[in-house]
Amino acid sequence: MLQKEKHNDLLQNALNIKKRFLQMYQAANAGHIGSSLSCAEILTFIRFGWMNETDEIILSKGHAAASLYSLLAEDGTLSQSDIETYYKNNTYLAAHPPAGKIKRIPFATGSLGHGLSIAAGLGLASKLKKNGKKVFCVCSDGELNEGSTWEAALFIVHQKLKNIVWFIDRNKLQGFGRTEDVMQMEPLADKLKAFGFEVLEADGHDFNSFEKVKDSFNEATKPIAVICNTIKGRSWKQFEDKLDSHYLPMKDNMFDSINAEIELHYQQTLIK
Amino acid sequence: MRKEFALAIIEAKKKHDNLVFVTGDLGYMALEQVMEVFGEEFINAGVAEQNMITVSAGLAHEGFIPFVYSIAPFVALRPYEQIRNDVCLHNLPVKLVGNGGGYGYGIMGATHHCLEDIGALRMLPNMKVIVPLTAEDVVQAISFMVKDSSPNYLRMNLAAKFDFEVAEFAAWRHLKKGEKATVIGTGPVLQNIVNAYAELDFWCLSVFPVIEIPDALIESIERTGKVIFIEEHLGEGGLRETLSFHLLGKLKKAVQVLSLSASGYPSGKYGNQQWHQEENSLAGESLKNRVGSFLS
Repeated sequence: MLQKEKHNDLLQNALNIKKRFLQMYQAANAGHIGSSLSCAEILTFIRFGWMNETDEIILSKGHAAASLYSLLAEDGTLSQSDIETYYKNNTYLAAHPPAGKIKRIPFATGSLGHGLSIAAGLGLASKLKKNGKKVFCVCSDGELNEGSTWEAALFIVHQKLKNIVWFIDRNKLQGFGRTEDVMQMEPLADKLKAFGFEVLEADGHDFNSFEKVKDSFNEATKPIAVICNTIKGRSWKQFEDKLDSHYLPMKDNMFDSINAEIELHYQQTLIK
Repeated sequence: MRKEFALAIIEAKKKHDNLVFVTGDLGYMALEQVMEVFGEEFINAGVAEQNMITVSAGLAHEGFIPFVYSIAPFVALRPYEQIRNDVCLHNLPVKLVGNGGGYGYGIMGATHHCLEDIGALRMLPNMKVIVPLTAEDVVQAISFMVKDSSPNYLRMNLAAKFDFEVAEFAAWRHLKKGEKATVIGTGPVLQNIVNAYAELDFWCLSVFPVIEIPDALIESIERTGKVIFIEEHLGEGGLRETLSFHLLGKLKKAVQVLSLSASGYPSGKYGNQQWHQEENSLAGESLKNRVGSFLS
């Protein structure tokens, strides 16, 4: 269990991150909001609850870039004026993470199925150099359709890359349908186990759940894969767990209602 | 060139500790010594080329220089998007090595040939495609690749041998002085026309994309009034296409052009490398006939 203070700090970080990216999406009239709401706590915990300064984050689900940019504004890597360029002409902050221009974004992502291999390469380099660096990779469940993801999975297990933490944002929705209707993934845990991972399940919106994952990682004898059960578009009441949250921008009073909802959630989860 | 490649990479590893070798499960009876010298920095990534390329990009990002080896189509085409996004877009020093460019794998068939690699890779950002001519070239090409901080692709084939001295490896080389026509070729297939028509003016191009055209080459073309392109690759996207563009802006007089290039599988049948070259007028009597009528 997290200490009360740490837990509440993480909650505050997540609240700031979500409020910031909602503002970004609103200003840009852009979509992929549901994808960012799905992985906000995962990214928050990696950055503020787990990683060391030299570790890397690979957001393989690059379409949630706004949540990554907002995270990097929260840790001071990006400035507010950087953030305000999001989605505009002449920006580095495109709808998918850029190549080589932003600290803490080592690789451009967005074409699905590349991120786990990137993590494998960085993880292998760290193993060869014995520098203790960890690599956190956040994949969507939709990109488990990509064969290259499974090539990377085989490789990570075979090379015993225990310095990689593979988070799967299991919101059960992908580009044009529910994951189980488009390309059946279940039994996902069994698949990952069969590949040789130590498979952990987490409530993907709960920091205490991630803290348990962190403890398990330290004791794991095999590379770990974390199935994070999440809700796409969480807090966007009209579109929670709906495909629309993947594509649609906010309209009318949605911005205010989502903000109210995440604020309410923050207050309810805060340990008093 | 495989033997020379293995020896050259071993020598390079002795000088550059940050070299790693990554193979897509290829190397039987060829890379055993490389494996021994590289130790834990020899990685058999299995038959999983997409992952192999991106893993190599990750290694390069962390300061390693990965040499990534497979049969040409499996390293150049199969993981094309991984090369584009993860290697070239980030200008990382990943060194692709494709064995058997062109019809090099002969009777193994069309899936093992690679007639599109130069064209496909030369247009990617930061990428240099290197096509050695002789066995000696391979050693110098490896040295060039280790020093170059960008992505490269080495297109290997059976090395050409000449009965005259060939200048050291360079993007452009004037191989042999002659008259009647100016021949520009890439890779060992050049020797087929050298052997058949020794009296022509021969030039070898070994690095793509083409940055500049030597003045002496322009003079040669304007003097002979005839250009012959030869490549074991499709003319579209290959040497013919890229040089046509460059020459168009340079030549002050009209010249006649003959393009000798691979056209695929006209009969749908298979044979050894020489057989495929002959079917495409890149060797033997068919080459002699086409060049003969062009010159007459």
